[in-house]
Amino acid sequence: MRSFLVFFGLTALLTLAPAAARADDYTITIKDHRFTPEELKVPANNRVLITVINDDATPEEFESKTMKVEKVIPGKSKGVVRIGPLKPGRYPFVGEFHEAVAKGVVIAE
Amino acid sequence: MLGALIIVFREVLEAGLIVGIVMAATRGVLGRGRWINIGIGAGVLGAGLVAAFAGVISQAFEGSGQELFNASVLGLAVVMLMWHNAWMARHGREIAAEMQSIGTAVSEGAKPLTALAIVVGLAVLREGSEVVLFLYGIMASGTSAPSLLLGGVLGIAAGAAFTALTYFGLLAIPNRYIFSVTSWLIALLAAGMAAQSVQFLNNGGVLVVLDRTVWDTSWLLSEGSLFGRMLHALIGYTERPTELQIMVYIGTLFAMFLLMRLARYSPRERVAV
Repeated sequence: MRSFLVFFGLTALLTLAPAAARADDYTITIKDHRFTPEELKVPANNRVLITVINDDATPEEFESKTMKVEKVIPGKSKGVVRIGPLKPGRYPFVGEFHEAVAKGVVIAE
Repeated sequence: MLGALIIVFREVLEAGLIVGIVMAATRGVLGRGRWINIGIGAGVLGAGLVAAFAGVISQAFEGSGQELFNASVLGLAVVMLMWHNAWMARHGREIAAEMQSIGTAVSEGAKPLTALAIVVGLAVLREGSEVVLFLYGIMASGTSAPSLLLGGVLGIAAGAAFTALTYFGLLAIPNRYIFSVTSWLIALLAAGMAAQSVQFLNNGGVLVVLDRTVWDTSWLLSEGSLFGRMLHALIGYTERPTELQIMVYIGTLFAMFLLMRLARYSPRERVAV
């Protein structure tokens, strides 16, 4: 039991750590299961905030293993995706529910 | 159709691996089938609810609701897995011994069954809600829906078959070793979940510390590949872990073994008294 308390205490402490995010704002729109833009340039080594707008009526999951993001964006709504800091390079992402067409890449430079 | 089958199979597979391990870990415990079924049933129900309220959850907490929800679900599962392993450390030997002598079910174990039923429920809820949203999208879009839907159903069946495979594979382990093997599997499972959980907190902008990527093994095994996804679900394989993820992974393993050790010692003290 004591270990549980310690565990919870640590979790609480970590949760309270300051959220010092320096975020730049970008937008990606989903329409007809495609992303616009399909190529997004962001600064490397920074935390970046991307607002994903889903203009379709159906839900989509914005997913990128390379950027460690998976987020469901319900139809006709939007969601905020936080990524980074990224090392310079190409980071592909997909709309998991329509992977054949919903593809894009974030370029960190 | 194949695309739909693969997507659904992937999600069901991740939950299925967890269910398979939990079933193997409760081998020989009376009434475990009922508990696991309750867990799966509650998970499916919960998945439907989460999918239905996906919009509400997303918008909660200034747009970080989904991340906080996922982090909490994973965190709760980690605590339940720790509870189970601690309990097993205390009683596992007796159960294994009884299983060997009688060869049938043992009545002990109401406690960890609740914990594991919750773990099963949470796993099904998390992966299931994505399946529900995906299938809902297919039905809503109309065109070519029947063949896609068939793909989805086949995906669920294939995932269930894989769960059975995991379970029977683990059953091949001799009685003597089964509990130590499943304890290890559960410890790694919990560590992986804890590391995922802190990443969700990071994505939600709640816990933005130690977020530098430490290494990149995507050249060796892509996390997007089927094997990568399986390892991700099983032991928390991440191709680009952050500093915090690595620390939490090791910390969870350490906490787990400390807890199991503490649990193991207590009965002897009681015998002494």
